[in-house]
Amino acid sequence: MSTKLTVNGESVELDVPSEMPLLWALRDRLQLTGTKYGCGISQCGACVVYVDGKARRACVTPVGSVADASITTIEGVEGPEADAVRSAWKAIDVPQCGYCQSGQIMSAVDLLKKNPKPSDADIDEAMDGNLCRCATYVRIRRAIKDAAASLG
Amino acid sequence: MARDIGSSMGSDGGPEMEAGPLSWRQDGNAAFTEIPLARVTRRDVLAGIAAGTGFAFALSLTGRARADQTAGGLGDVRGGDATPSLFISIERDGTVKLTCHRSEMGQQTWTAMAQIMADELEAEWSRIQIVQAIGHPKYGDQNTDGSRSVRRNLTRLRYAGAGMRRMLETAAANRWGVPAEECTAELHRVVHGPSGRTFGYGELAADAAGLDVPDKDAVQLKDRSDWRYIGKDVASLTVPDIVVGKGTFGIDVQVPDMVYAVIARPPVVFGSVKSVKDEKALEVPGVLRTVRLDSPEPPAVFKPLGGVAVIADNTWSALQGREALEIEWEAGPNGDYDSDAFREQLLETARKPGQVRRSRGDVQKALDAAAKRVSADYYVPHLSQAPMEPPAATARWDGDKCEVWACVQAPQATRSAVAGALDVDPEKVIVTPTWLGGAFGRKSKPDFAVEAALLAREIGKPVKVTWSREDDLKHGYFHSVSGQHMEGGLDDEGRCTAFLHRTVFPPIPSTFQKGVTEPSWGELRLGASDNPFIVPNLQLETGPAEAKVRIGWLRSVANVYHAFAIQSFAAELAAAAGRDQKDFLLELIGPPRIVDPREEGAEYDNYGDPFEEYPIDTGRLANVTKMAAEMAGWGRTMGSGGGLGIAAHRSFLAYVATVVEVKVDDEGRLSIPGVWSAIDAGTVVNTRHVEAQMEGGCLYGLSNALYGEITAKNGAIQQENFPSWRIMKMSEAPRNFEVKIMESDAPPCGVGEPPTPPAAPALTNAIYAATGKRIRRLPVFGPNADSLGSLSSGSEQS
Repeated sequence: MSTKLTVNGESVELDVPSEMPLLWALRDRLQLTGTKYGCGISQCGACVVYVDGKARRACVTPVGSVADASITTIEGVEGPEADAVRSAWKAIDVPQCGYCQSGQIMSAVDLLKKNPKPSDADIDEAMDGNLCRCATYVRIRRAIKDAAASLG
Repeated sequence: MARDIGSSMGSDGGPEMEAGPLSWRQDGNAAFTEIPLARVTRRDVLAGIAAGTGFAFALSLTGRARADQTAGGLGDVRGGDATPSLFISIERDGTVKLTCHRSEMGQQTWTAMAQIMADELEAEWSRIQIVQAIGHPKYGDQNTDGSRSVRRNLTRLRYAGAGMRRMLETAAANRWGVPAEECTAELHRVVHGPSGRTFGYGELAADAAGLDVPDKDAVQLKDRSDWRYIGKDVASLTVPDIVVGKGTFGIDVQVPDMVYAVIARPPVVFGSVKSVKDEKALEVPGVLRTVRLDSPEPPAVFKPLGGVAVIADNTWSALQGREALEIEWEAGPNGDYDSDAFREQLLETARKPGQVRRSRGDVQKALDAAAKRVSADYYVPHLSQAPMEPPAATARWDGDKCEVWACVQAPQATRSAVAGALDVDPEKVIVTPTWLGGAFGRKSKPDFAVEAALLAREIGKPVKVTWSREDDLKHGYFHSVSGQHMEGGLDDEGRCTAFLHRTVFPPIPSTFQKGVTEPSWGELRLGASDNPFIVPNLQLETGPAEAKVRIGWLRSVANVYHAFAIQSFAAELAAAAGRDQKDFLLELIGPPRIVDPREEGAEYDNYGDPFEEYPIDTGRLANVTKMAAEMAGWGRTMGSGGGLGIAAHRSFLAYVATVVEVKVDDEGRLSIPGVWSAIDAGTVVNTRHVEAQMEGGCLYGLSNALYGEITAKNGAIQQENFPSWRIMKMSEAPRNFEVKIMESDAPPCGVGEPPTPPAAPALTNAIYAATGKRIRRLPVFGPNADSLGSLSSGSEQS
């Protein structure tokens, strides 16, 4: 079963069962391994991607449900918010092991696109679905604020 | 973590081999244009095939040192072999490749090891590249655990860098025909002082390669006041890749023609497959076949658990195929394990007199004579390391040798375990660590790499074994469950005169040797036998406990439960004496002095490092305690439902004190507004990343204390996945976290684990301060609870 979609601006055709989660299609078929597996049931946020600009959990998003959609992954996310988040992340070394950070960054960029000046409560709400076992939360919060400030 | 406990794996001989090619898709970032999976090997160098523009600079392999690289030279400095070519190569274009022999798992060991070598080498930071070492005995100990990468390698890697610097200077002097003393290496070039002439490192590489490795006496280490990188706030070498989704973790490895496996493992350790029907699994599109794996005989060591593997052409099909398997399991000898019943058994054992492991004065007499006696029982459940990246390994078998790429903390133990399972010589096994997506001790146990190797041989194709989150939680090497009984005596003036600590837990050595039930000295020294309190009558006892699951080490290991009991009980004694918790703790720590448990009957190895150099120094413990209290504003007025708790603990030779602030509302809902934590880790290599470890290590401890319980019923682990098994999330993390690194030029101590032990008792001490509720049994919250429950004044947990 073949599904056409756009990934990071490139047209791709995926010959996989339509019920295969986008996560595994990205990782195993397209070799885009920046999107991570952490739980498989949309509870950890390591697999956040954008589907037509909206943040989604790739581990529970069947490929068939995103036919003709435009997918953005950590490898392809760009724009002023993404630049600001990446710079802020690097400036204070938010990541430790880095495994969950693709999802953290995708959620943080999504937050700043919707809310350029998030409060602590806004950050809690937007980021609560992104688990980090290294517990880099203190730095994630600081870096989101730094990124927001840099965006003016 | 504390990998030296109970395991003998890890040191094997044999010539080195190349690792095969692999699509390590890492490019376009900073200095790291490519990360080869195999470092340039000795054979490459001798054959002159260090291709491209580069010239591999292999000092020990030419001239007189070639025949025996340990003869003279730098083969035997503190920490091991510091022969420069083992770690450093310089290419013609000046690129400096630094080999990191430890595993990168978020502690930033790539950066730290590079800082040490680049500093002494006088290398420009922007011109270095990291090469991840394969697992090989030539590197010495590679077990990335026990918080010892920096403390065991600082001197050694300084010599490697300084030795290389010396050879570059000599090469330049020879080229110019001037005395070497007139030549000084400085930021990637050698300068001839009198004439001002210079050579870049790349220009000197070939000449320097022809020189002997200098003797230790001929190598001048830099004065610490001249350090450029060591001790500084240097940015991570991995983060620039991480933020663009690059970098290869174990689960990300791809090799040509590989297939994907997931495994249905027996729910009970040492259980087995009674029968299996795989017809439905084989009908799942993408599934290729199934493979039966034998169950191991005790002891568990690093053997795979057995079960049925489903092989597919993608991970998802393999997962679906596993769902479709119909398996009847034989529970085996551990089918009776019930962790609730076991808890009561542990505590019952702990209440009875045990084996005395350390004794000062006469604790029983002092307890009998005390004006006030206090006793308490503490329980810490099994915990799971639960790295965000579950275990994953890829193996390729070519009929003769086996290559493994995996997120392993112990690449040499992996090599040995794989060689043993395949019954081949260790030199036929090449293990390349990938990045580790968290580890916390789980990835010190390479059972998952052995699974991949066995499957690769069986099916004749490269195979990646992926563990699901459920697999990780259900089939772990769990942090040991513990029951502890404490008794204390106070005199009329509220001073502690007696301190009895009895600890009971299934020991880690049970994983490596059948039938071990009594706690080992190696575990007691993790926070129990090294208790620094000045109490005149002090005793440590142990009791037996049988392991019913695989027991393994988790970040800071037995320090977790020992610090929880000791630091909680110190606060309970303070409360009984009507004293301030911090003042009472400082009184227990006592005046600055050296405490030596060996004088009181304990076998004590001080984390494997010299006691003279790293004594148990109560002055340093008191200093961090005072610092954390000061940072937190100890003694300030807390609002309704607010409370501060403190705990201080030495582990892995470092001293950490932590103050936690909690707020508890009328419904018993808990929040943690702030944490203040101070560390004395002696000389530190990277201040930024020590701070990060302080934050993460503390929150790891808090997360486990709040939610981390693993339970068993009928021998099977009951937890499955998030969110019914919880870890701390953003909204639960403190918004304010302040860290102080004590200035010190003492020898380097551990950093990755020491922040964890004080976290849990500081939390529960704060809850007591806020509510009067004393929590003696972890976790604080059950699976679905968000409240501390009824908080009638002075309520005590049973």
